[in-house]
Amino acid sequence: MPIDVDAVVLSNNRLSPNYNVVAIAAPEIATQAQPGQFVMIKQTLDSEPLLRRPFSIFEILRDKDGEAKGLSLLNKPVGTVTQRLFEIEAGERLQCLGPLGQPFSIVSFPEAAWMVAGGVGLAPFLTLAETLREQKVETTLFYGGRSTVDLVYLESFKRLDVSLVLATEDGSRGETGLVTLPLARELQSVSTDQPLSLYACGPTPMMQVVAKLAHTHGRSSEVSLEPVMGCGLGGCYSCVVPLHSQSNNLSPQLVRSCREGPVFGGDQVVWAELI
Amino acid sequence: MNSVDLSVQLGTLRLPNPLVAASGCFGYGLEYADVVDLSTLGGIAVKGLFLDERQGHPPQRIVETPSGMLNAIGLQGIGVHRFIDDQLPALREYKVNIFVNICGSTIDEYAELARILSDTEGVAALELNISCPNIKEGGITFGCNLNGTYDVVAAVRKVTKLPVIPKLTPNVTDIASFARAAEEAGADGVSLINTFLAMAIDVETRRPKLSNVVGGLSGPAIRPIAIRMVHQCRQAVKIPIMGMGGIASADDVVEFMIAGADAVQIGTANFVDPFIWSKLLKGLTEYLRRHGHVSVRDIVNSVDLSEGQTKTDQTWTSS
Repeated sequence: MPIDVDAVVLSNNRLSPNYNVVAIAAPEIATQAQPGQFVMIKQTLDSEPLLRRPFSIFEILRDKDGEAKGLSLLNKPVGTVTQRLFEIEAGERLQCLGPLGQPFSIVSFPEAAWMVAGGVGLAPFLTLAETLREQKVETTLFYGGRSTVDLVYLESFKRLDVSLVLATEDGSRGETGLVTLPLARELQSVSTDQPLSLYACGPTPMMQVVAKLAHTHGRSSEVSLEPVMGCGLGGCYSCVVPLHSQSNNLSPQLVRSCREGPVFGGDQVVWAELI
Repeated sequence: MNSVDLSVQLGTLRLPNPLVAASGCFGYGLEYADVVDLSTLGGIAVKGLFLDERQGHPPQRIVETPSGMLNAIGLQGIGVHRFIDDQLPALREYKVNIFVNICGSTIDEYAELARILSDTEGVAALELNISCPNIKEGGITFGCNLNGTYDVVAAVRKVTKLPVIPKLTPNVTDIASFARAAEEAGADGVSLINTFLAMAIDVETRRPKLSNVVGGLSGPAIRPIAIRMVHQCRQAVKIPIMGMGGIASADDVVEFMIAGADAVQIGTANFVDPFIWSKLLKGLTEYLRRHGHVSVRDIVNSVDLSEGQTKTDQTWTSS
């Protein structure tokens, strides 16, 4: 059940001018959260800026007994709200509503899991990797960014024994080019006897390619979409995304990503109409 | 401590308190059942319903603006039949007043919706949406024309015993004349205001920020205009008024009621803080205690328009 926590900021780890990780004390949300779910945050309940913003739950923070005590958010400063979140200091407060939305489906051994992340689309995959590794699922992270400085938190994935396939557009780390290139190659070479599911989060064109590649190779995929959201609870109907209609009706259904998503099957999405 | 009576009367309809969830801002109600005890609300105005299902506009459907937001959802909705079959049975369990907001392209459609809902258990009142700025057909065309407003209200009045409450648009020169037309046609009350037709442009791309080009402005930015309109309508009609437009605090609720609203609706603020309801009730109760009122009805239409200096001026000159 979602709750609103007036959460204390525990730390703000600025990884680079492009990324920071804000840890907040919100045990009531952290204990309930499942991989792929999100929170709606706001720095104050003032009217400027008015609306909350959706953020994936990046990490569940635990004390030494393993009790969930908080969560963290991976942030990229691109607008007013994300810039403020980049500048926030420990001890300040953040209104945090969650957990919200439908989580990823968790596959189980011997099925393997390939997570495909582009830039800040890494956000939902640390908690997913943790859960998958608890299930002994062999997990690989395909992770692309503009430059090496955009690839963050690699150590945390390594600690979970997640295999890494890296790509940068400028060639400063891993393969040169888009992360979907090594993904396409690996999908060709992996044995068809190996059951495998894909998860993707990142720029829409990247997720579209992942969904298409998965489909071509007969693999199931789930994508985490990030449209503009108003309320996060299903009240405003702002965050709709086009899904293939279940009936034979040709026009796509517009479905709320906050409530029915943000995780959808890659085959469900009408990519040509997703903005 | 003395108890304070928060109940209000809208014609024949008794609300346990004056706080009603505004249409289009609360889904069909059940979406919020996890976070709000729906039975504690004065009422819920459900998302606008046509006879049939509607897809609405393509994204982008909202954009944030200074102290407000624009929306152009386009009345995506499940249609009245699926509402009655899929939503209303569970909603009824909460014993909360359900205001069903109805929209049509023709007067006959409004009347047909009213007939269907009059035969349905669990509907407290009909709110006539004649003010949505986001759809081409129907809706606002009735709301921007005095005869249109009169005709829709009269047609619905003829086919139902349920309270009929048209929701007025602020996109007119003289909203009070529309309240009067509604009253003359037999409305049991009026809701006001719907959103202001507005627009925002991305200066880099020079493209409108909304796919529909224009949308409705809501939020605290519009509150002073809404207060003025409630005040003007209060002078013009005797029927109850549900006031709304940017309410985000208990003081805002009080302000609308002082201006003349018998009840209020909360819209955009619910997006920002879905837990706002208990905070508003608490703040409203505190206000009434502080001012020695035993009933919230005591403050309705209590604006002091006496001649002379305003209180602010007096404080200022004496200090």
